[in-house]
Amino acid sequence: MEKGKNYLLGVYDDEDVLMDAVGKVRGAGVKIKEVYTPFPIHGLDTALGYEYSNLPTMSFIYGMTGTITALSTLIWMLGFDWPMDIGGKGNIPLPDFIPITFEFTVLLAAHGMALTFCIVSNLAPWNYKPKMLDPRSVDDKFVMAIDLDNNKLDKAALESLLKSSGAVEVNPKLVE
Amino acid sequence: MSSVTSSVRTPLVTGGKKAKDVTNDICKQVEGAPTTSWYIAMGISLITLGFGTFCLGSLWWEGLGLWGLNKTVGWSWDITNFVWWVGIGHAGTLISAVLLLFRQKWRTSINRAAEAMTIFAVLCAATFILAHMGRPWMAHWALPLPNAYGSLWVNFNSALVWDVFAISTYLTVSLVFWYIGMIPDFATIRERATGIRRVIYGSLSFGWTGSAKDWSRYEAVSLVLAGLSTPLVLSVHTIVSMDFATSIIPGWHTTIFPPYFVAGAIFSGFAMVLTLMLVTRAVFKLEDYITLEHIESMSKIIVLTGSIVGVAYITEFFIAAYSGVPYEKYAFINRAFGPYWWAYAAMMSCNVISPQLFWFRKVRRSIVVVFILSIVVNIGMWFERFVIICTSLNRDFIPSSWTMFYPTMYDVGVYLFTFGFFFTCFLLFAKYFPVINMAEVKAIIKSSSGNKESH
Repeated sequence: MEKGKNYLLGVYDDEDVLMDAVGKVRGAGVKIKEVYTPFPIHGLDTALGYEYSNLPTMSFIYGMTGTITALSTLIWMLGFDWPMDIGGKGNIPLPDFIPITFEFTVLLAAHGMALTFCIVSNLAPWNYKPKMLDPRSVDDKFVMAIDLDNNKLDKAALESLLKSSGAVEVNPKLVE
Repeated sequence: MSSVTSSVRTPLVTGGKKAKDVTNDICKQVEGAPTTSWYIAMGISLITLGFGTFCLGSLWWEGLGLWGLNKTVGWSWDITNFVWWVGIGHAGTLISAVLLLFRQKWRTSINRAAEAMTIFAVLCAATFILAHMGRPWMAHWALPLPNAYGSLWVNFNSALVWDVFAISTYLTVSLVFWYIGMIPDFATIRERATGIRRVIYGSLSFGWTGSAKDWSRYEAVSLVLAGLSTPLVLSVHTIVSMDFATSIIPGWHTTIFPPYFVAGAIFSGFAMVLTLMLVTRAVFKLEDYITLEHIESMSKIIVLTGSIVGVAYITEFFIAAYSGVPYEKYAFINRAFGPYWWAYAAMMSCNVISPQLFWFRKVRRSIVVVFILSIVVNIGMWFERFVIICTSLNRDFIPSSWTMFYPTMYDVGVYLFTFGFFFTCFLLFAKYFPVINMAEVKAIIKSSSGNKESH
């Protein structure tokens, strides 16, 4: 959240009401800054017009990096750098390389994705005091934040729009 | 929510809970002072851990000679316990990943604790890997690090090296999966806390705010991590089974091992989840979240996997007879009728016969019986690994080297170490972390709770 902004918070207490409200508010041409919910609501991201996350694609790229790194390292180590004659067997037994290649693929795909998620969502242990617009949004309330400085409608019109969409409370909030 | 629940289907969360009740019920445990029973359990765990630490320390100081191993039986309790703990760990991933992919909503109440169990169990398993090396300060030799010791790189053809990669990947990926799932719940606790607790839980929550954008990414991450963990968990126990199956010891050299071990792992893991959850449920009064339906579902998985394991035992025996290989035949006759017949009998009765009781609905819904059977299954699965490992080794190719294995105090002590460690970790988890995934339970509560007026 940027600093020194005026928000109007619509507080809802039911996920279905919220989903309808998102459609209503967006239908009225109002830009929703963000919605805060205590649990994931399927379809809320598309209702808000968010693109589906690129994280799975990133995970695939990390995974492929792992596959290529592991396989090429194994082939280089046992095949070229220090080949050993074990009973006259070949130095590059590909089936034997499957387990480690697979594990390394998963290792990079999972950790790379988790780390990217933390970076893009600004999640880190030192970020222990986040700006919560309404602390009840991690408990049982659904909070729709509308940027007052960046919307065509004035405050009174927005308030009545949120109320009519089923908000149980409408609160102004100044983020310093 | 858009999903429709039939009125004939029993609710997943009972007691007409609302989101606020979920927060209060789960946070109560985290916020309140530890109870007397918690202190008593913690005391017992710490005493066990203390004795175990003495045994493990002595083992590392004096050497592996303190164990009852001999030239013939070179692996016994160490690897038995290792496989046992890894197997237990697998249920956590199965619940959190496989059941997520199958959209089984009943997993939401139990996945958190089951995943915690996974991580602690894998750490216990890793203890035996380090312990059986004898010289744990040289554990890095299992990694392909540049060195000057002769053959430059580790032998990547060895199943034991695969194991190092498999177990470490499994441990860290499970840890990440578990932790990411807890971030939103830590945020819930953070907003209720004050003072230093607010800073600690704030830090643990990574500054989560619950915005729709973050939830969208969170869902994407959970789904992909579940998709990665599912083949991972199968690969880990497959590789564990290859520690045996890629050798040429009769009784180990078996192609049936990977599926047989995976089924056994799920079997023992679910039994351990039941053991732990039945206690957690009673102590923390979570009967509305972990209902008889959950217990019944887990019992059904136990009867399924127990039967798969049973079929595997019989198949092994049949193939040994059918193969015409005298060594293979002897290994199996020795298992069932040799000096360790009692271990084989314990394995058969605990793993094949006892879970068949779960065919009866009355049994599946009786908490006492389920609790006893879950412990019986875990005893049986310990004997399974002991039978596979010890009875295959104790009758060598040369009769002059035939011998028995007798555990010493240090074999028992290191096993106790892992019990102490496991329960200490689990008790700390149960007290200071949210034992039930609040966010996910809140997400299913409307569509499938007993709260009818919200429909």
